[in-house]
Amino acid sequence: MIRALRRKTDLYPYSLLLPALTVTTFIIFIPLVYTFGLSFFNYVIWKPHEIKFVFLGNYKKALEDEVFWISFRNTLIWIAGVISLQLVLGFITALLLNRQFFWRSLARSLILIPWVTPSVITALMWRWLYDGNSGLINDILVRLGILDRYFPWLANGSTALPAIMFALMWQGFPFFTVMILAGLQAIPTELYEVAKVDGANPMQMFFHITLPMLMPILLTTILLRTIWVANSLDIIFIMTGGGPGYASHTLPLYSYIRAYKGLDFGYASTIAVYLTLLLVMIVTMYVIRILKTEERFR
Amino acid sequence: MKKHTGVIRAIITLHLPVLLIVLFATGPYIWSFISSITPEKDMYKGGVSYFPENPTTRNYSRLFSKINFAENLKDSLIVATFAMLFGLAMSVTASYSFSRFQFKGRKPLLIQFLVINMFPIVLLLVPLFIIMSRFHIRDTYIALVFAYATFSIPFSTWMMTSFFNAIPRELDEQAKIDGCNRFTAMVRVVIPIALPGIAATAIYIFITAWNEFVFASVLTGKSVRTIPIALQNMVGQYQIEWGLLTAGGVVSAIPVIILFFFIQKQLISGMTAGAVKG
Repeated sequence: MIRALRRKTDLYPYSLLLPALTVTTFIIFIPLVYTFGLSFFNYVIWKPHEIKFVFLGNYKKALEDEVFWISFRNTLIWIAGVISLQLVLGFITALLLNRQFFWRSLARSLILIPWVTPSVITALMWRWLYDGNSGLINDILVRLGILDRYFPWLANGSTALPAIMFALMWQGFPFFTVMILAGLQAIPTELYEVAKVDGANPMQMFFHITLPMLMPILLTTILLRTIWVANSLDIIFIMTGGGPGYASHTLPLYSYIRAYKGLDFGYASTIAVYLTLLLVMIVTMYVIRILKTEERFR
Repeated sequence: MKKHTGVIRAIITLHLPVLLIVLFATGPYIWSFISSITPEKDMYKGGVSYFPENPTTRNYSRLFSKINFAENLKDSLIVATFAMLFGLAMSVTASYSFSRFQFKGRKPLLIQFLVINMFPIVLLLVPLFIIMSRFHIRDTYIALVFAYATFSIPFSTWMMTSFFNAIPRELDEQAKIDGCNRFTAMVRVVIPIALPGIAATAIYIFITAWNEFVFASVLTGKSVRTIPIALQNMVGQYQIEWGLLTAGGVVSAIPVIILFFFIQKQLISGMTAGAVKG
């Protein structure tokens, strides 16, 4: 720090950042601006003669597009559902793993496996588990007497999205476990000892010590995960392709399908920009939190 | 007597629930493995066979003879390795800079690295497709290596900044007294100490590149085909060969899981360091 003051403009720290800044400019920033620009154009790649500037035309078109609104609604359901499922299971798992038992480290390692599983493999494994003809889930439910016969989970409009949400819960809950477990281990044990002396029962200790102490880490984790979950589209694409009909369309998936299958780059960009606007608020909240940490950290 | 009830209680409130969660976490893999060694004719004969009577490795051998899975493994290995090397080179220097120097614009730059990680990936798909087609690098290793190395920078930089912050600055000063300049102090003194953290970050970049699907689907075609794309392509138009597909899934997930076990401690401490203090 002293050194930096002595030399007025020391270029050395900037030169260390230069490679990273250069590639992010070309691979991320220029494309971002590009997309924003494209969103004002009618740009379907196989109709080169019809490329023209339509300004807010695509944005208006989206607001009148029924599929856009279905995708929008599904995005909200998707985020709220997946995050709460992951949070609840992740929390319970963390509470259990916070206790001492002889096979704890083995259990913790095994529980982390879903988290490193590629989305493609997650999607394919669960598609197979849900299979309407020879799926394990159907077999178990029929054996337990919960179902009369096999049910096509992913081919039914009302169960497709929840079924995929459940699969994403599987992939993501270990992240919550890891973060909450770290938070639990950072709570000073003296707090519990004092509470015990004062005659508090486990329930009271959970609600008056554990939960409040965990609040900061819970909020950070939820924000971080929300952004990630909102953007994840590969798992939906592979499990149902957005169907049946539009039952499992979300905004990122709709944008992807428009770009990838329809080659409608202008409209796909517009949907992506709408999604970004939706996420900007969450990102801002996250950044503010992280900055507070970073300040304390230095 | 009292001891017995204690054991039973521990089993009901602790061991059993943990076992159920472990089964839930590993179940899909166990099931995929069982499916992958089940002969095809037993698979669709109606009902579900839990223990295949005539286990077979046919699906695994077919994976390599029929659909050229070795080629896909090679493509994934090349892309992930080079993405790891480039991504690491760029983020080690960047995070050292953030950790060791105070300079104008430090904070905005740091936020910038945080924020770019959060833009919807669909925002980048179309322009990257257009740009890489124009430069004729679409469907080459270069396209994916560049993309994955770049996407890895934000997370790697944040993580390694926290590893570097944990190394006392006095070491840099001492190295300079011993005759190092600023660059050699970083390379000879600080980086070796941070090596476990750097290795963990490297493996993390490798894993994410190995797993990535969305960009690969847009930026590759006939000549480069990474594993996620190959697996997705196996989902045919008509009937899915689940035996083959689950074998492919098992083969491609194993390296990732093994690598992950090596780095889980480092990775978790790097990830949770900031959040716990928050």
